[in-house]
Amino acid sequence: MAKVETSDRMMYQFTTPGHKIKFMRKHWPLYVLSIPGIIFFLIFRYIPMFGSVIAFQDYNIFKGIRGSSWVGLDQFKRMLEYAEFLPILKNTILIGLYDLCFAFPVPIILALLLNELRIMAYKRIVQTVVYMPHFLSWVIVGGVVVGVLSPSTGIVNHLLSMFGIEPIYFLGENSYIRSILIGSGIWKDSGWGTIIYLAAIAGINPDLYEAAQMDGASRFRQVASITVPCILPTIVILFLLQIGNFLDFGFERVFVFLNPLNSENGEIIDTYVYRAGLVDRQYSYTTAIGLFKSIVGLALIMIGNKFSKKVTGDGLY
Amino acid sequence: MIMTRGQKIFNICNIVFLGAIGLSMVLPLIHIIAQSLSNSVAINAGQVSFWPVGFTLGSYKLILQDPSIWVGFRNSATITVFGTLINLLMTAMLAYPLSRPEYVYRKTVLLFVLFTLVFSAPLIPNYLLVKQLALLDTLWALMLPMAISAFNLFVMRSFFMNLPGELIDSAKMDGCGEFRIFWKIVLPLSKPAMATMGIIYAVAHWNRYAEAVFYISDRRWIPLQVRLREIVFTDQYGQSDVTSELLVMLSPEGIKMAVIVVATLPIMLVYPFLQKHFIQGMLVGSIKS
Repeated sequence: MAKVETSDRMMYQFTTPGHKIKFMRKHWPLYVLSIPGIIFFLIFRYIPMFGSVIAFQDYNIFKGIRGSSWVGLDQFKRMLEYAEFLPILKNTILIGLYDLCFAFPVPIILALLLNELRIMAYKRIVQTVVYMPHFLSWVIVGGVVVGVLSPSTGIVNHLLSMFGIEPIYFLGENSYIRSILIGSGIWKDSGWGTIIYLAAIAGINPDLYEAAQMDGASRFRQVASITVPCILPTIVILFLLQIGNFLDFGFERVFVFLNPLNSENGEIIDTYVYRAGLVDRQYSYTTAIGLFKSIVGLALIMIGNKFSKKVTGDGLY
Repeated sequence: MIMTRGQKIFNICNIVFLGAIGLSMVLPLIHIIAQSLSNSVAINAGQVSFWPVGFTLGSYKLILQDPSIWVGFRNSATITVFGTLINLLMTAMLAYPLSRPEYVYRKTVLLFVLFTLVFSAPLIPNYLLVKQLALLDTLWALMLPMAISAFNLFVMRSFFMNLPGELIDSAKMDGCGEFRIFWKIVLPLSKPAMATMGIIYAVAHWNRYAEAVFYISDRRWIPLQVRLREIVFTDQYGQSDVTSELLVMLSPEGIKMAVIVVATLPIMLVYPFLQKHFIQGMLVGSIKS
């Protein structure tokens, strides 16, 4: 996430409001340039935020926001009482947890190992290759997974059959869907995730390593005592950001894999909101669910920011 | 530097391990290309791993005869080209004033934008807005709601802030107006940054899927990714004017894989270019922000 610099190059101080207006008038083209962008954020980001009030209504598309009746927190109550929602919340939390445990550390380990490669040409080739899946869409990643895991023609089941194991229809079973979701995420994005750690590693003062070598520290020791501590702030910040996006696993990456055979373990809030909201037109109810998710996300980011200030002395934003 | 035995062993293990990771990224794609070029007998017998067996271009012939693939291709190309132009123009027009100290409400606007990153509205209000603006079932629904990415805005702003301020000052001395400065000096100087960001935006447009699922139900306007998902996951591939002998020769798996290859091709073609410009650009951006 980008951070707003507190001290930009310079600030103008104005003695009277009149001066300020005169100054702005002098630089009016700058203000004109910014208008379309501001209007964009107002319309496409802020209006939907205010539109979320339908979570407190029994929204009727023909009556609109003004004509629909207000029901207070009924939609939220329904959400918590409804038997369908709790398993979905559980899926979302579990998938988020697995993602944190299994997918988050992979780029760190990869970056540390890549940094130990001493043959530069080889390093560059590996980097080029591991960044690539990031640019494929989730649909294509899904297609690759379908191709590789296909029970009749996929390569994984061929390997299994060599060991005498019956072909498994991985996408058709509840028990595999979460692993597939996490695994495809690791395949797609862990290489890309190394970029930020490699940048942090590149920023470490080389004198530190030199001094360590003088003192006879082994390379493993150098990694453990210099590299890891130096990139720790980056790790902490990315970890907190990831916690802030805990419920935001992503619609596309789940939706492409979802089918009636695996939705029991695979359905998350985002896909449920689409299905119950857009397809079944339960507008108010699913807006309440979405709002619940956004508010939890905001709270998590704010908590993360507090932590970040405590741990690294610097906020997330 | 003298290496101990242990270090040598570690180095070799590391090289092998990272090589294996690299292969695990490439081999699935090669497997898919191989399948797309193989005939049904070989695929069903499971003979195809990383090289086509019973080479045939039939799968490609078949899918290129499917008009819906072309519709998807055209729609995706349209949103990629025009969407990216809109993105660049809108992002630069807002990022530039935000980089100039003469813009006195800089902080207010930055906070205004930043808030949209930490708090996002749920799906339904977004959908209702798009509906109310009469953008449903138009390609505009896949371009306007994502006209500016807040994150990219911050990256571009930090790029503009690093342009030499003297240049702008001297242009002003010569009596150059602010619009002219933006158009004739700032934008041309930012060509590398604009190219980088253009590619980020373009890849996002080409890969766009969720919004198409939400906002497009008219089959004339679905982008390629939606059609791709249908073909790969629900076995609906081109039927219409396909000769039956062609279908007999091909396996559904091979056809699916061919569709994936066709949809991936444009990304693969720009990837070397991406690699060169954009990863450095991304690095600069991510360090700054």
